[in-house]
Amino acid sequence: MQAPSPALSAHDLACRRGDRLLFRRLSFALEAGAACHVTGANGAGKTTLIRAVAGLTTPYAGEVRRTGALALLDERAGLDPDLPLGRALEFWAKIDAVEHLALESCCDRLALGNLLDVPVRYLSTGQKKRAALARVLGQAAPVWLLDEPLSGLDVASQALVSTLVREHCDGGGIALIASHQPLDVPGMTSFAIEDFAPAPAEAEV
Amino acid sequence: MLVQLLRRDLAQFFPFTGSGAALPVVFFVAVAMLFPFAVGPDANILAKTGGGVVWIAALLAAILPLEKLVARDIELGFFDQLKLRGMAEEAMMAVRLIAHWLSFGPPLVLATFPAAALLKIEGETFQILLLGLIAGTPGLAAIGLMIAALTASLRAGAALSGLLLIPLALPILIFGAGALARQDQVSLGFVGAISLALVALAPFAAGAAIRAAREN
Repeated sequence: MQAPSPALSAHDLACRRGDRLLFRRLSFALEAGAACHVTGANGAGKTTLIRAVAGLTTPYAGEVRRTGALALLDERAGLDPDLPLGRALEFWAKIDAVEHLALESCCDRLALGNLLDVPVRYLSTGQKKRAALARVLGQAAPVWLLDEPLSGLDVASQALVSTLVREHCDGGGIALIASHQPLDVPGMTSFAIEDFAPAPAEAEV
Repeated sequence: MLVQLLRRDLAQFFPFTGSGAALPVVFFVAVAMLFPFAVGPDANILAKTGGGVVWIAALLAAILPLEKLVARDIELGFFDQLKLRGMAEEAMMAVRLIAHWLSFGPPLVLATFPAAALLKIEGETFQILLLGLIAGTPGLAAIGLMIAALTASLRAGAALSGLLLIPLALPILIFGAGALARQDQVSLGFVGAISLALVALAPFAAGAAIRAAREN
């Protein structure tokens, strides 16, 4: 049996933070192979959008539809700080039923090979981000939600993220990426979250 | 998935494998050790009051692990990642409750042996104390989990959780210590019943609490 082709769409989405409406009437539809870049200034609502799309928070209005499993990368890596990196990643590999070899190749891909014995709390910001990317990559979920995947990464790793997104989408995956930095992914659509910001009169809910 | 999570949680919280998780048990024995110094070595007084002291020590020891119980994994994004994989918050909290009790209840019951020796608690009194703690610690763990989940997103959460646990744990303390005073085992049934009700309730209350913590 073949898995249904992945899809991700939002319809008339509105989210607020506290009493402030961040965006409203936001709609998009992504099909297999599509990548979408959400831009916006700090505090514009990129993370709020990603979390609402992930189903972690309930949007104020509108709905999100999704077909296919979800992988989320945000500023929190979800890796136990006291464990060596290898064992912290292994936990998620077991939860996601990822083969040991597949996990190893993900780690090699992100140049984590010589960090596997280092406790997670000793890793730098960029190294932690790469570790979180390895977790996302290993998960093999068709829908990727990446929140600021480039922050804290060096130039070489930033290029690698673009490559990974490109490969993911070439393989029929979907990627929704919130970032204020540019990514080099051909055919990627993009929208600015400020375009959906409410008029000042509407902003207070 | 649940088994993997339980193994991970146990590794996090179990004494001597987790970070500083042996502390509650050490604290529990330390209180039992201090008491004879404070009131004097009169075996009669110790035997009469010692059971109550053990119960209070258990209650205070239950407060110690609360700070790390839930808040740290919220900060790590750990529960978010599990949620994405389709696990309900209630299931995460049920697993956490089992891991929390296993890492706190049985070690405390074992530590009661040296504590009882220090306080000259013997014979049937010791038996009732031991049974009471076995019946009562799941309830204490459940109260602790609910409080830890509720206060996880508060800045002064750790200080508050101690204050919240004391009134909620009163029924367990009253029946548990009361059984010692009256030397009857009927009160132990009440301790067990209170514990069961709390254990049944805790995953739902704690699950709702970490869901609510996400929304702000």
